[in-house]
Amino acid sequence: MMTFEQLTGMANVICPMFVIVDNHGRIVSAGPTLKKLRPQLNWEGRRFFRVFDLSRPRSVRSVEDLARFAGSKLHLQFRDAPQTGLKGGCTPLPDGQGVFVNLSFGISVLEAVRDYDLTSADFSPTDLTIEMLYLVEAKSAAMEASRQLNLRLQGAKIAAEEQAFTDTLTGLKNRRAMDHVLERLIASGREFALMHLDLDFFKQVNDTLGHAAGDAVLQQAARLMVECTRQSDTVARVGGDEFVMILEGVMDTGRLETIANRLIQRLEEPIPFGGQICRISASAGTTLSSWEKDPDAQKLLNQADLALYAAKRAGRAQHCFYREGIEKADATADRGMAGPYPAAARGPAT
Amino acid sequence: MHGLINKAIQAFVTSTYGADRWEEVMEEAELGFAEFEAMLYYTEEQSGRMLAAMEKVLARPLPEMLEDMGTFLVSNPQVEALRRLLRFGGVTYVEFLHSLDDLSDRARLAVSDLHLPGLELLEQAPDQFELVCQQGLPGYAHVLMGVLRAMADDYGDLVFLNHSGTHDGAERISITLVETEFAAGREFDLGAHSL
Repeated sequence: MMTFEQLTGMANVICPMFVIVDNHGRIVSAGPTLKKLRPQLNWEGRRFFRVFDLSRPRSVRSVEDLARFAGSKLHLQFRDAPQTGLKGGCTPLPDGQGVFVNLSFGISVLEAVRDYDLTSADFSPTDLTIEMLYLVEAKSAAMEASRQLNLRLQGAKIAAEEQAFTDTLTGLKNRRAMDHVLERLIASGREFALMHLDLDFFKQVNDTLGHAAGDAVLQQAARLMVECTRQSDTVARVGGDEFVMILEGVMDTGRLETIANRLIQRLEEPIPFGGQICRISASAGTTLSSWEKDPDAQKLLNQADLALYAAKRAGRAQHCFYREGIEKADATADRGMAGPYPAAARGPAT
Repeated sequence: MHGLINKAIQAFVTSTYGADRWEEVMEEAELGFAEFEAMLYYTEEQSGRMLAAMEKVLARPLPEMLEDMGTFLVSNPQVEALRRLLRFGGVTYVEFLHSLDDLSDRARLAVSDLHLPGLELLEQAPDQFELVCQQGLPGYAHVLMGVLRAMADDYGDLVFLNHSGTHDGAERISITLVETEFAAGREFDLGAHSL
């Protein structure tokens, strides 16, 4: 019959995390790696259940219980901190001498290696812990490389999207972006004012002072429009000298009139360019999404457009609100009769 | 060739010769881009043009530069991850040499589309080895020479390496272990990078 010493000698080599427990529940011997986890502990003679807390199976409270669960998976942890979790299996020793328990770290191995400063020599050659640590590191490194690539691609994507939705000359949103904003607002049922603005005398600036002057004027106009609106509003350049402003939640025509007039006034301030002075003005037409029972982007744009042309025909530097039949009223204006412009806080005809 | 390999060459050239020289290399190679991505794949032709451009612009024989790159991969703190992964191969340099048999499998476990040529270690005497390097990645044996040399330093051992030519398409490196624990070597803490 093999003695405890002989068994301990073999187990030390083959499974360095074993514990031999006698039939009174006292530890006879423990493997070198297990001892390394509690270097201060005097293992031999300590009660197994004082050192370890068996969490599963719950019913195991004695060596006899342990022996009955031979071959099953045991979940246990140290009673004192760090309460490293361990997995194990056990088998009874011959002639009721006690049990042989073999332990391993299971998934807690990553923390264990760090907490206890373990090395390759602490694991049996058949133990896959080293391979697992290798894989964890290799996968983390590969994942990091992938993450870096994703970040760069994400950055490039955002830049490309921004470019696709930005008017490069003025930095304002472009027509595509405006379409998106309009669709989104309509789909979510939010109310907004839509103002279409067209620069007056821009063509003259372009023709007499050149394209560079024209570009400078457009940039200055864009700046003013951004200044005269809130950050949450949308300002888009939708054509050569045409702009659309979407002001969410601004449904007070008096306030919109003020905004439009202030903007026109500021656009009329002379713009110096290369020793010359550029002078422009602007006309604007506005409609409100709330004037339509079932607002539609194309319809609203068309209304703002009609209002803008009414303003233009009223003699420029004017602002008009849309109302039903404004095109006909326009014709009246052409005949020199009093038109609806400048429209002071005029609501829809309905 | 896998992006990781191309990127490793880029890291080596940038760190050794400077970012400007790398730009010159890539201009010479005329690939239409200046940087490789580690997690993308490039054709043999693209990598070949980069290597040819490197030899021309940096005016050094390619085998020499590849060997330096192998050393760089192990000894430069920028790429510490690779040294650590290699150190998982064994507690001693000889164990590490034996683990090279599994290197291509290990690489594939980490990055499934990274295919490295197979390696086989022949033990001729306890202190005399020959590493047989299968074909598939031109210049790989030279990179390995640098890696083996730097890993010997890492373990603190003294070795002589010699590229002993090509037999049946496989390149061979002879390794003579002159002295183990010749110097202190570098620390390897298993848990240093654990989560």
